Amino acid sequence: MNEFVERQMKLTWRPPKKSYDVAIVGAGGHGLATAYYLATRHGITNVAVFERGYIGGGNSGRNTTIIRANYGIPAAVRFYQRSVDLYRGLEQETDRWLMHQQKGILWMAHSEAAVRAERMRAKLNTEFGAETEFVEPRQVRELCPQLDIEGGGRWPVLGASYHPQGATARHDRVVWALAEGAMQRGAHVHQNTPVEGLILDGERVAGVRTAAGDVAAGAVVSAVGGHVSRIAAMAGLRLPIRTHRLQAFVTNHYRQQFGPIVASSELFFYASQTARGEMLLGAEIDPQPSFSYRSSHDFVQDVCRRALHLLPFMANLRVLRQWTGVCDMSPDYSPIMGRTGVPGFYITTGWGTWGFKAIPAGGEQMAELIASGETPELIAPFGLDRFARDRTMADRGSAGTH
Amino acid sequence: MSLRIPCPTCGDRSVHEFVHGEIRRVPDHLTDPDERDLDFAFHHDNEEGIVTERWFHALGCRRWFEIRRDTRTDRIVEPEES
Repeated sequence: MNEFVERQMKLTWRPPKKSYDVAIVGAGGHGLATAYYLATRHGITNVAVFERGYIGGGNSGRNTTIIRANYGIPAAVRFYQRSVDLYRGLEQETDRWLMHQQKGILWMAHSEAAVRAERMRAKLNTEFGAETEFVEPRQVRELCPQLDIEGGGRWPVLGASYHPQGATARHDRVVWALAEGAMQRGAHVHQNTPVEGLILDGERVAGVRTAAGDVAAGAVVSAVGGHVSRIAAMAGLRLPIRTHRLQAFVTNHYRQQFGPIVASSELFFYASQTARGEMLLGAEIDPQPSFSYRSSHDFVQDVCRRALHLLPFMANLRVLRQWTGVCDMSPDYSPIMGRTGVPGFYITTGWGTWGFKAIPAGGEQMAELIASGETPELIAPFGLDRFARDRTMADRGSAGTH
Repeated sequence: MSLRIPCPTCGDRSVHEFVHGEIRRVPDHLTDPDERDLDFAFHHDNEEGIVTERWFHALGCRRWFEIRRDTRTDRIVEPEES
């Protein structure tokens, strides 16, 4: 964490205690949000968040900051809409400017099949609370004049689903605000303190072994991104997770204002403009599992080739930065939240390529589960036991890209 | 530079020519048949380290072969390395 942030934010670092009510592994968005909502909604502040690096230094700092709720199954639409709503109030609640900006998201269709899919998405989203409408090419052009509606002749835009509540926020401000809110109320955050093992008391997980010593805890939550299989193995669990790389890049400053977020399932990319005016592009995960943060030139080449069909102005821009995160992919492309079957051990994972948008709702719901002991209705369908019960939540169509 | 996969027939080629194949292993300590089925269907080792995996050279010789790769770095481990 840099000096600027240390000066600006009211972050109080304290040495680890011997025991806490709740120990959270991973000080990314989800871990900190869980601590934040435990403190603000339930008054539970005897909480520690352990982080092997610095706060928000993993996938919370490597995403493309998109917030939206236009998912493909009812349970997911409800859950992500909750997150969209919480994000909208988060600046006021934390009294921090998170650079939250509602810009709308256009999901383009280039074939009859995709038009049907987007019409269906609009209907389903609206039905379950996430306002979405199907828009004709003429309206697409009005919403985003820079788009080549002919798609270079090969990928014409035949229509799109438009989700006006689509938004972006500044990723590090979100994690800092949540950390500040939790710490001000008494929660501890321990940076540079990797969790090296779990303390087991018979069947039960009773604490964490860290680089700074053993810490007892009434409940242990894994909010780890990228290395969750290793943490789960410490509790004797095998997870339905494979970890894949996901890359993204930004260009230099684009002078015009680029309004909405645009996405195309058929061209496998999405684009938005950052507050600095850069065009931010993302795409699909790499197909083979990997924990490497290495980026590749192939990725940039590939995404540019596809994006230029719809965004020809990008030919005059230059790639400025590129980065990689590692995503925990679940088999059904839905998150996994809740109990694990191991007493005292909770998990929030499977955040794949859709973790940032879920930070507030994920944290809020995990906090409620820990505080009340009851799995909230909103996340009940996303339990780890759904695989054994043959109740998978297949949602690849809407989660595959970002 | 993107990942390059050493095909025993065609030599080092870009990863984009290949399809990745995981070798699934259900741990021996699982004995209950339902648990073994669940593990085979959904669970993964998701190993951080050297893994043995299959690759299919889809845009080349169209043969399956096995290599070892370090998932932390994407380095291909030579067969003579132990």
